[in-house]
Amino acid sequence: MNDTLVIAGKNYSSRLLVGTGKYKDFTETRAALDASGAEIITVAIRRTNLGQNANEPNLLDAVPMSKFTYLPNTAGCYTADDAVRTLRLARELLDGHSLVKLEVLGDPQSLYPNVIETIAAAKTLVAEGFQVMVYTSDDPIIAKQLEDIGCVAIMPLASLIGSGMGILNPWNLQLIMDKVSVPVIVDAGVGTASDAAIAMELGCAGVLMNTAIAGAQQPVLMASAMKKAVEAGREAFLAGRMPKKLYSASPSSPTAGIIASTRP
Amino acid sequence: MINLSINGEAKQFSTPLSVTNLIEILGYTGKRIALERNGEIVPRSTYANVHLADGDKLEVVVAVGGG
Repeated sequence: MNDTLVIAGKNYSSRLLVGTGKYKDFTETRAALDASGAEIITVAIRRTNLGQNANEPNLLDAVPMSKFTYLPNTAGCYTADDAVRTLRLARELLDGHSLVKLEVLGDPQSLYPNVIETIAAAKTLVAEGFQVMVYTSDDPIIAKQLEDIGCVAIMPLASLIGSGMGILNPWNLQLIMDKVSVPVIVDAGVGTASDAAIAMELGCAGVLMNTAIAGAQQPVLMASAMKKAVEAGREAFLAGRMPKKLYSASPSSPTAGIIASTRP
Repeated sequence: MINLSINGEAKQFSTPLSVTNLIEILGYTGKRIALERNGEIVPRSTYANVHLADGDKLEVVVAVGGG
């Protein structure tokens, strides 16, 4: 089936995007990424540890840029300025790579997005030629504004980052998909495979997750489960589910030729 | 004496130095890093020509695991 995810004009065969944080070591990171089938992976940009051995293993060796599309994020940024500076550094770090994940947080307890700062940062980044995939609240009006600014994907939360609470407001995700034409990718909140399948059945273009895989008892096995869930959910969406019929059962077997002679 | 702030840490250097010199001192030669000087990106291609001044604030970053 030729069904690709198109972001900023580029085709991806996997609709599962994964983070690279919280793994035990880089070997586990790589094994989970391979099991997930993800092509786009998020990375964070952080200060080097001065004085620490510069030859210790690093992410780029375990997860080469030649095999994965890096999506540098602005995790931990609380202002538009910090987010923009972080992604300018990321672009320099990754040889001019312009596809980025913008997230500007509002509060360290909830990690809920600050949409005012997010919008300000998105305007600057789009003007500077970045291709911005944007983490945001599940507000359809804000989502539309971010699309109008020129963001290449809208990534609403399903529930709080790292919470594993699943899709708390499917109706808002639906409203966002009705409003915007760029890919809508659920980012944050997925806890287990059924959550990912539900997001895809709703018609989301993809799902981005980190903790749901890295925080599982067996991350590599969960990565494999997520791959299947995203594929299954996508196929179910494309297949078009049967209508729900409240109070109206419909037998799957023929109603004629039953040997029983009495019926209510 | 040149006083620099590198990733928020105060560092002193006794002789003038370029970004290339600094990266060598820090052990990052050949490593994939990005550097910001006083809020502006310093492109990798210009490291040898950028001479650091007293009071410069530098950020040196790498890619790490993250979601």
